[in-house]
Amino acid sequence: MSQKMFEPGITAGRLEASAYADQFSDLHPPLDPHEALVAADRCYFCHDAPCITACPTDIDIPLFIRQIATGTPDAAAKTILSQNIMGGMCARVCPTEQLCEQACVREIAEGKPVKIGELQRFATDHLQQQGKHPFERAAPTGKRVAVVGAGPAGLSCAHRLAMMGHDVVVHDARPKPGGLNEYGIATYKTPNGFAQAEVDWLMQIGGITMQTGSALGAEITLEGLKADYDAVFLGMGLGGVNALGATGEDKDGVLDAVDFIADLRQAGDVAQVPIGRDVVVIGGGMTAIDAAVQAKLLGALNVTLVYRRGRDRMNASVFEQDLAASKGVRIVNQAVPVAVHGNGAVREIEFEYVDADMQGTGQMLRLAADQVFKAIGQTLQGDALPALEGRKIKVDDAGRTSVDGVWAGGDCASGGDDLTVTAVAEGRDAAMDIHMTLVG
Amino acid sequence: MADLRSEFVGIKSPNPFWLASAPPTDKEYNVRRAFEAGWGGVVWKTLGIDPAVVNVNGPRYGAIYGADRRLLGLNNIELITDRPLALNLQEIKTVKRDYPDRAMVVSLMVPCEEEPWKYILPLVEETGADGVELNFGCPHGMSERGMGAAVGQVPEYIEMVTRWVKASTRMPVIVKLTPNIADIRKPAEAAQRGGADAVSLINTINSITSVDLDLFAPEPTIDGKGAHGGYCGPAVKPIALNMVAEIARDPGLANMPISGIGGVTTWRDAAEFIALGAGNVQVCTAAMTYGFKIVQEMISGLSEYMDEKGMTSVDQLVRKAVPNVTDWNQLNLNYIAKAKINQDLCISCGRCFAACEDTSHQAIAMDEDRVFSVLDDECVACNLCVNVCPVEDCITMEAMAPGATDPRTGKAVEPHYANWTTHPNNPAATAAE
Repeated sequence: MSQKMFEPGITAGRLEASAYADQFSDLHPPLDPHEALVAADRCYFCHDAPCITACPTDIDIPLFIRQIATGTPDAAAKTILSQNIMGGMCARVCPTEQLCEQACVREIAEGKPVKIGELQRFATDHLQQQGKHPFERAAPTGKRVAVVGAGPAGLSCAHRLAMMGHDVVVHDARPKPGGLNEYGIATYKTPNGFAQAEVDWLMQIGGITMQTGSALGAEITLEGLKADYDAVFLGMGLGGVNALGATGEDKDGVLDAVDFIADLRQAGDVAQVPIGRDVVVIGGGMTAIDAAVQAKLLGALNVTLVYRRGRDRMNASVFEQDLAASKGVRIVNQAVPVAVHGNGAVREIEFEYVDADMQGTGQMLRLAADQVFKAIGQTLQGDALPALEGRKIKVDDAGRTSVDGVWAGGDCASGGDDLTVTAVAEGRDAAMDIHMTLVG
Repeated sequence: MADLRSEFVGIKSPNPFWLASAPPTDKEYNVRRAFEAGWGGVVWKTLGIDPAVVNVNGPRYGAIYGADRRLLGLNNIELITDRPLALNLQEIKTVKRDYPDRAMVVSLMVPCEEEPWKYILPLVEETGADGVELNFGCPHGMSERGMGAAVGQVPEYIEMVTRWVKASTRMPVIVKLTPNIADIRKPAEAAQRGGADAVSLINTINSITSVDLDLFAPEPTIDGKGAHGGYCGPAVKPIALNMVAEIARDPGLANMPISGIGGVTTWRDAAEFIALGAGNVQVCTAAMTYGFKIVQEMISGLSEYMDEKGMTSVDQLVRKAVPNVTDWNQLNLNYIAKAKINQDLCISCGRCFAACEDTSHQAIAMDEDRVFSVLDDECVACNLCVNVCPVEDCITMEAMAPGATDPRTGKAVEPHYANWTTHPNNPAATAAE
């Protein structure tokens, strides 16, 4: 054990150098062909299967599993990808335990669903690792569409539009495409550069131009895009991070969890990423879990995740909560931050316990903290946007916004959960509506 | 615990589970292991006249799988023993000496002439073996040479050879029948005429298990070619049960003892064969799939079942189901059942719905919450939903009480028995009394 483990403050290399690769390796190692066959054999090929209904992209799960079971994993991959072009990423990051696998009749029968997510990964990996792209672009239509945001929604939309023969230019503010797939997901969920490999594979359809470093409101404007293109799809996600509302939250060491996750993803060597000995993460969603678990994996001695409501209200799935607990993250519920203490940099963070109605109890909790990661939700950024509903761009079922010729989808748009798979579905469906509108 | 001791054509064994003549009984090493595991007896793998046959040096078996590679059917192109006759005889003698309480039957296959039979039988007798089984069944390889199924498919040959054998030995003679024939009763009758003490069935079924779609060759493939083999294992059990029953319920064959063979995998399979008329059973594929230890489950299972039924000896189970095997035209057409789905057990997979809706009678309804229910006014009680349901006892067939109205036909369920022979739609119907 490294003595650095106990060192206070924020420092890199808390673990032995050799430990990092293991810590950040694949959360679920891929199924080998034998494991895939055993898993596939458990599927009952249900009629009008509940797993399909539970999938936001309506993947024909029994069909693709049967295709795996009968020795045609590439056909299985095509079944998946025809509904969800990011089936590879979704296989890795979907909360399957709340979606398809929760609906699996074998979950009802035996409490052990078919391993749908892992089988999906087996099939999509099999195809994509050969570099095969199973779709062909239709004859050019001469129509041009701008897509803002190269995340799951934007890429899904762009691929479908390109497949229909339209020319697509994707604008993204970041230096690399992928959106949250590249910047916002825990390293151990998508190791080995999978996010970029998937983008490269997706781009093989042709007809898509990628413009990175092109941000809405800076390099481009909605008015400009509307003028230059036949249609615009907005899928830029949520760029802002909610504030804690606690005194002293501007102290050093109080950071956005999304930045921590992004930095870790972009780090060439995770051992070089500094981490506090005592880390507190505030929030109850996937981002909070990803930050807390990875803080622990980097060697933080004490990681506490604090959420203002009960466990049952956490957005993170039970699987994610258990994962965090298994890595040694302490989860504290029913506490809200009231003050960040420290002289310049955070030393402690103070919470007040609250009751089920979020009323203060007067009971306080102080936690030592070298770092505090805020993960209490993100907000839409930008002005001159179409009309909002709540804090997101208002869209109808087809993804149409209040502005003619402008569609939106993914986290920046109303409707649906903030999930990768939901974003893919919305991007795809908006593309189909754009297509129908353009070529009618 | 029920007494499983068995006596079959005078041959005693501690239980009715014998290993069939096949690779597991080819040599002393295996048979000793089998007896140590608890098998009641063996039929030693078929002996022939020297020089010994040779086997292929490529794959001898092909398989059919269920889910999770559960072996459902096995095909083989292995021949009779490929070891010298003297070696087999010596080992048979040694093993029988060491396990005097176990049944030791020797399978034989020699050319269809009297001399070879007269030659080999005294040699077998000298080992102390309890009986012989005449292999008139192997459908591959040996049959091309005029032996095995080539004899078994000609009743006259069966009768002739059986008579030769009976004249040359004091040992009980079991005639093993091939299923590759239209009417199994004909060879059984021939064996009876020849003086056989019993018949055993079935031997393996002509089969090609699969085709290599790259080589375009049948499997198992030997250097690019394949030949048909003999099929066995759980998949053949229904065929074997029917053939056993055909013999057992034939008045002329009712006294012919039967050794039941064909896909016996569990105690339950064995009990079914015995209830349909078998005096004992022979097992091969299950042992080849799982090893000799399975006999322990067969022993405990049959014993527990017999205790539950109050049976104190295996004989009390023999032929218990034979009186209920009948012809279709004797089935009661006034018996009316309906499928019933137990909603507590249902896991909402919808397989019953797909099967009924797509391929049967549209008698299952599906509501928005995936609750599946039977439409009694459409259900003909075909049982397909029961068969495709993955949950045991979730769907059952419930008989309607006499007097109740069948919603499908609008008619009351008749209390009396009536079959096709008197049905008005039968042009050949005889008038009901």
